[in-house]
Amino acid sequence: MANNHLTSESKQLATWYFTFAAILFGAQLLFGLVAAIQYVMPGFLYGLLDFSIARILHINALVVWMVFAMFGSVYWLLPDETGIETIGIKIGKLIYWVFVAAIVVVVLVYLFIQVGPADPTTIWFITEGREYIEAPRWADWGIVVVALTFVANLFLTGMKGNRSGIVTVLMADMIAFAGLYLAGMFFTDNITVDQYWWWWVIHLWVEATWEVFVGSIAAYGLITMIGAHRKVVEMWLWIEVAMLFGSGILGLGHHYFWIGTPEYWWEIGALFSALEPLPLVAMFIHVLYDWGKTQGGQDERGENKSVITNKPAFTWFVLNAFGNFLGAGIWGFFHTLPQVNLYTHGTQFTSAHGHLAFFGAYATILVGMMYIAVQGTNGIKVMKHTKASLWAVSMITGGVVGMTVALTIAGYVQVLVSRAQMGATWAAYFDGQSGVWFTQAMDWRLIMGAITFLGFVFLAKDLLTTGKNPVHER
Amino acid sequence: MANKSVWSDNRFWQRSATWVTGFASLLLIWLTLDTSAQIQMGTDADLKNGVQKRVPGPTVINYKITYEMSAKRGHEVPVIGEKEKFFGRDDYSEEEAGALLHLGKLGSQAKNCMDCHTLLGNGAYYAPDLTKAWLDPAWGPDGAMQALTGKNTKEEAMAEFLQHPDQYATHARMMPNLGITAEEAKGLVAFLKHMSSIDTNGFPRNFGRMQGAVNGK
Repeated sequence: MANNHLTSESKQLATWYFTFAAILFGAQLLFGLVAAIQYVMPGFLYGLLDFSIARILHINALVVWMVFAMFGSVYWLLPDETGIETIGIKIGKLIYWVFVAAIVVVVLVYLFIQVGPADPTTIWFITEGREYIEAPRWADWGIVVVALTFVANLFLTGMKGNRSGIVTVLMADMIAFAGLYLAGMFFTDNITVDQYWWWWVIHLWVEATWEVFVGSIAAYGLITMIGAHRKVVEMWLWIEVAMLFGSGILGLGHHYFWIGTPEYWWEIGALFSALEPLPLVAMFIHVLYDWGKTQGGQDERGENKSVITNKPAFTWFVLNAFGNFLGAGIWGFFHTLPQVNLYTHGTQFTSAHGHLAFFGAYATILVGMMYIAVQGTNGIKVMKHTKASLWAVSMITGGVVGMTVALTIAGYVQVLVSRAQMGATWAAYFDGQSGVWFTQAMDWRLIMGAITFLGFVFLAKDLLTTGKNPVHER
Repeated sequence: MANKSVWSDNRFWQRSATWVTGFASLLLIWLTLDTSAQIQMGTDADLKNGVQKRVPGPTVINYKITYEMSAKRGHEVPVIGEKEKFFGRDDYSEEEAGALLHLGKLGSQAKNCMDCHTLLGNGAYYAPDLTKAWLDPAWGPDGAMQALTGKNTKEEAMAEFLQHPDQYATHARMMPNLGITAEEAKGLVAFLKHMSSIDTNGFPRNFGRMQGAVNGK
């Protein structure tokens, strides 16, 4: 992304973050494909790049590209919101390279060393072996330093410049986001205690702080892309924060049904996690309502043109509003009550929910932010769709929805056959996995995964080339 | 300004968000204190005196563990019974058993178990759940695994399998050889036995009760 239009160093740093995020997004899909192939052909790369390693790379690349794109989004919007250049941006830029270098080392170790002996050096230098946060302990400390620098950039800038509602929410949210990571940085022999705190990181990230982050980004996008009224948007944002944290923090209880924790988490987890979809409905209504309202206002004035100044980004934002509600809200609610979760816990059902939720809630809006950055970098007034951007959005969305449907069916088979019918043993597990309905579902998941990957190729092409496309208004 | 409703006031919603978040956080912290006390690992004395703990102490490996329906609670719970030999001994001290469990828990992370299996239902879905693996009939006297590995006890069969999983073609989706040593395998089996004694509120349901005939074991 060569730039002549960016005067802000903060925005320049944002484009670096987005670029590396997009590369990791590609890596995530690639290793996901490997894992999907292994479900269909178990011998594929056996002993070389086993399922466990492919999956670590699949989900770690996912988390890290999202964190990169989130940092990028904040660096992008800070100068617009605060009216000043980000304070400490030089250190921010230095830290970026530290972060990238650390990620590369971690990935190479995952790929080529993979596992270690059962002693603490493995935990410190190879893998912590805890889903999503496998990164070894040295990298944990690196991440803490990086996150603190980022939070310092945000706070110093927010305190000196104009502190809008959006910036205020982000400041509170990002410090919680960074602080929660500390809950995942210790070793214990007690697996129940281990998983108790592990969920503090995973759940309080993706079902609380990340969701509030998305609310802030959606607010920023509505103001910049369709000229929505700031007061209305920020009021909605505060309502969303109340609803998201009000339901999401104690919704953590739905992870404490079966890990050795007391029974009262059944009631607490069921109640609060059942409320979790409500703010997602609110966010969906909010985006569409503001869009209709601004467009309607313009139509009344007789101006016959769209209020949207960035078509591809806005498409991804609307997909976010819908996908967040559908993937996180509906697919999450499906199996959140303990009476259902007793059978669905630890099946492909969770995987179906995971795919649609991470995509709908986070991937969509972060790709939208990448388009906003391309627009700003190239000085485009109104950014339009291209053939590639349309192919990208259709294939990625279609692919992820297809994978979700396939995994949901696989989940049903697993729940009914392995769990309800056969009683959850080793033999029961493989009875479920060998059934035709399960294997067909896994075939479809692979096909849909391949479509998603092709969509990504279009997305990469479009992000790299659309800036120079003459179709946009400058 | 006089008739402006509080419901359209940003300050009101900002304060509401702060109060709601603060209240939810405090409640979570309070519940965490209560839960933490309940999930502390028990001791050897607890086991000897029959004190039930949600997470028993490491010396639970000296005892026979079963998973039985509790009429009172309406689901299955682990039951710790009489003494049972584990690798030929039933007198592991707290230190010895603790060291084995420590080795096994470290091993479970160092070998990325959770990225194929689920533990307590959490992890990946490429291989069977390990929560109650110790109680799986496949490893018992009537199961296939003792004959397959040429061992006479559950723990030895498990340890043998863990060291050479690629030699036992149990399914097309084979477990890879992760370089697990004999000592690590022993630790991992202790870890699995300990995990099966954790009170998981009845998860998984009907474990091992549904083989073959109706209602049959």
